Formats: sequence, structure tokens, C-alpha cells
Amino acid sequence: MYSPAADPMCPRVVRVRRRRRDGPDVWTLELEGHRDEPIAFEAGQFNMLTAFGIGEVPVSFSGDPAHPRRIVHTIRAVGPVSSALTRLGPGASLAIRGPLGTGWPMSEASGRDVVLVAGGLGLAPLRPAIYRLLSERARYGRITLLYGTRSPKEILFRRELDAWRKRGDLAVEVTVDHTVEPWQGHVGVVTGLIAHARFDPSRTLALVCGPEIMMRFAADALAACGLAHGAIYLSMERNMKCGIGLCGHCQFGGLLVCRDGPVLRYDRLAATLRVREL
Amino acid sequence: MEGIEQIITEHPFFAGIDPAYTHLISNCAKNTRFDPGQYLLQQGARAEQFYLLRHGRVVLELSGPGRGTVTFQTLGPGELVGVSWLIPPYRWTYDAKALELVRAVSIDATCLRTKSEADHDLGYELMKRFMPVLVQRLHAARLQLLDVYGARG
Ligand SMILES: Cc1cc2nc3c(=O)[nH]c(=O)nc-3n(C[C@H](O)[C@H](O)[C@H](O)COP(=O)(O)OP(=O)(O)OC[C@H]3O[C@@H](n4cnc5c(N)ncnc54)[C@H](O)[C@@H]3O)c2cc1C
Ligand code: FES
Repeated sequence: MYSPAADPMCPRVVRVRRRRRDGPDVWTLELEGHRDEPIAFEAGQFNMLTAFGIGEVPVSFSGDPAHPRRIVHTIRAVGPVSSALTRLGPGASLAIRGPLGTGWPMSEASGRDVVLVAGGLGLAPLRPAIYRLLSERARYGRITLLYGTRSPKEILFRRELDAWRKRGDLAVEVTVDHTVEPWQGHVGVVTGLIAHARFDPSRTLALVCGPEIMMRFAADALAACGLAHGAIYLSMERNMKCGIGLCGHCQFGGLLVCRDGPVLRYDRLAATLRVREL
Repeated sequence: MEGIEQIITEHPFFAGIDPAYTHLISNCAKNTRFDPGQYLLQQGARAEQFYLLRHGRVVLELSGPGRGTVTFQTLGPGELVGVSWLIPPYRWTYDAKALELVRAVSIDATCLRTKSEADHDLGYELMKRFMPVLVQRLHAARLQLLDVYGARG
């Protein structure tokens, strides 16, 4: 029997259950499926989200993979589709295709120190990985979250960051690029925090998500601390259409970001990342 | 070895330095402290010293008409405040303010410049330690300038 849910080209209609503002242009939508169907996903994967009559864009999961009935996406309004999505209130419909793409290497992280480096909205695609790490905390060594954003008012998930900091079994460092407001926290680029973080480079896995330039600098700083390129994972972004490796829209050198990524190991990316305009 | 010389030897900025140099440097150094809100250095003033931070955090700020005061970097224990003492015209180009109680070693710039002129090996050793800090801060400034977290194009 034909099953629309199993066809990655066939969108399913979902509704907004909740909508919360998480920053000046950033909204988090919690979605519910038809008859509350679960959508199992891996941390790091994404959905194609359709704002009806406007278009379809890739957006990472930002919720907890342990709750497949609670589909959560955190979206920044930058253009027509993302803005339309962030305007959808409770009860409004949209369509999703997914889950798509590769996830963060959670099983490979087992038994190792984990450093998560997030820049700006890059904290959203890393949040599912943080939920996973914390739910099985004993399986991992030292866990460090380094998060940088533009200014204090743009810090995402503030309450959760505070809660994670209070746990004591996860080091959380937040920095902003600059501030004009009173702010007791750190100021400076997120890559500057890497040299001060405590981890054993020989047994560390790094998960990095943010704007591409920031990820490049972060990967360099991690490598300078002794991490092998094969121990660094980045979540790549390219414009997408099909999301399943058919159209070539998201081509990045020899890779298709939708199919081979978005989460990719740095040793596969390093050379291509330095090619201009790719 | 005692007091200030010991502190300089143990400070990460001078990690592994030849003890003979520590001795020379410590002759230009003294312990100092700043209360929260007090300035370590101010834009436009003569760069007569630099600081090795031992305790507490310091913010680097720039202010301009109509833009208020922008904080662009926080520095903490193990780090260094002040590089303009190395390059003429030896004037600070930003403010550095204690965010909390700060304890630091203050090193007299004229004293160290004079010793470096007399002993170029010392000068070269200092340059090798200051250059990476300068380059890191330049990289950071470039990233901040690119405003990577803003919307693209
Ligand atoms: C795998 C993957 C996961 C993603 N996850 C998320 C996510 O969790 N949350 C989220 O908000 N976005 C995410 N994105 C980015 C999102 O897909 C784009 O922001 C979206 O496609 C923009 O479409 P638009 O029609 O709104 O704007 P467009 O018309 O495509 O662009 C409008 C303007 O915004 C700029 N722009 C486009 N994308 C971005 C961007 N990502 N950052 C900054 N400026 C941009 C464009 O250059 C243009 O100037 C992800 C992208 C990929 C590939
Ligand atoms: S979006 Fe079509 S191949 Fe990747």
C-alpha cells in the first residue's frame, strides 16, 4: 500500500501546537502530526518545511529525539519562506518532508570527551545532540558547550543554558561578539574559547554548527589544540530543493549536502571549504 | 626565586621562559590590584605599562559619539592586557576596565623597552610571545567585523 509518510518526496501536513519567541527574529515552533503520529529522527537531521503558497526550506530539528511526537524547529526569519514559517501561530498548518540527512555521530561520541561549538542559530541543530548526551550522561567523558552569538539579546534558549550550567556535569561557556548593554558574561569570538576549554584532544569528538566562516575558524582552533580532522564534525548549509540527492542543488564539491550531510566529518570537507564561491 | 619573579615564571604568558629573562623582567614589575569599575588603561593615554592578569576579569571597550560604549573583548586570569606599549606612538587605543576585583602584575613599559634595546635576545623573546597574541586578536577582530551571525548578503 502507498504510504505518504514513507515517501520522502511526499509532504505531510502538520499543525503548529506552540510557538515561542527565542530571539529578535527567531521563533521556535512545536508541531503536531496528523493523529499525533510520531516522527522519529536523529539529532542533526532536518526537515523540509513548506509554508503554503510561498515555498519550502530545510530546517534542522531542534527538539529532543526522545520525544518523536513533539517536532520542534527553531527558525530565523531571513527571507520569504522562513519569515512566513515564523508567523504561523497555534493551529496553523504547514507541510513537512523528512527526517532527512545525516545526524551527529552520537554512538562514536560514546566514551569520549565531547566539545560542542555553536555559533548564532547553530545552537538549535546542536540542541538535540545535547539532549542525547545529557540523557545518557555516564556514557561520555567531559562535555563542553561553547556558544557564541552576536550580542546578549540574541542568546537562544537562555533558560536551558542556565539549567545546563547548574547541572555541574557539563561546562557551558557563552560569549557574545560585542555588547553595548551591561553584561557580566564573556565578550569575544567563540573560537577564542576553544583554547581555554578542558578536554583531552586524543579522545575528544567535536560537533560544530554555525555560519560557515565561524565553523572554519573553529575547526582550525580545534586542530590547533590537537584534534584530528577526523574527530571534528560540522553541519553544513547549502540551498536545497529536493533534499534527497536527486536535483544537485546542494552540491558541494563531490558531496551532496542533503544526502551526504548536513553533518559531515571535517577531513571530507577541509579542502573544499577553502575553495572560493563553492 | 621569590615574590614577583615567581609569579612571572608561573604566569602562562611567560611559560617556559629562560629564568635569566624572568629576573630582568621582574625588575620592571610590581603587583597591583583594581576594584570593579576601575580602569587599567584608557584610550589616548600613554602606554606606560602592560598587565599580566592573575585574578578577575577585564573588559576592553571602545566608545564613540552616538554609539555608546561597545565592549569587544573580555580577558581573564592567565591573559595579558595591553600591547600598544610595543609600538610607537605608545598610546592606548581602547579602555580596559576591571569587571570584578582584579589582581595583576604591572610591567613598566619604558623599563622593559630599555632592557630590550640593550639585549635584543630579550626583545626577540618578548616579540615571539606578543606576536601570537596580536595575531589571535587580529583574527578575532576580523571575525567580529564580518558579523558572521547576521543575515547573509
Ligand atoms: C541542513 C540545513 C539546516 C538548516 N537549519 C535551519 C534551522 O534550524 N533554522 C533556520 O532558521 N534555518 C536553517 N537553515 C537555513 C534555512 O534553510 C534558510 O534560512 C532558508 O532556506 C531561507 O529561505 P528564505 O526563503 O526565508 O530566504 P531566502 O530568500 O532564501 O534568503 C533571504 C536572504 O537571507 C539570506 N539567508 C538565507 N539563508 C540564510 C541563513 N541560513 N543564514 C543567514 N542568512 C541567510 C540570503 O542570502 C538572502 O539574502 C538550514 C539550512 C540547511 C541547509
Ligand atoms: S537538494 Fe537536491 S540533491 Fe540536495
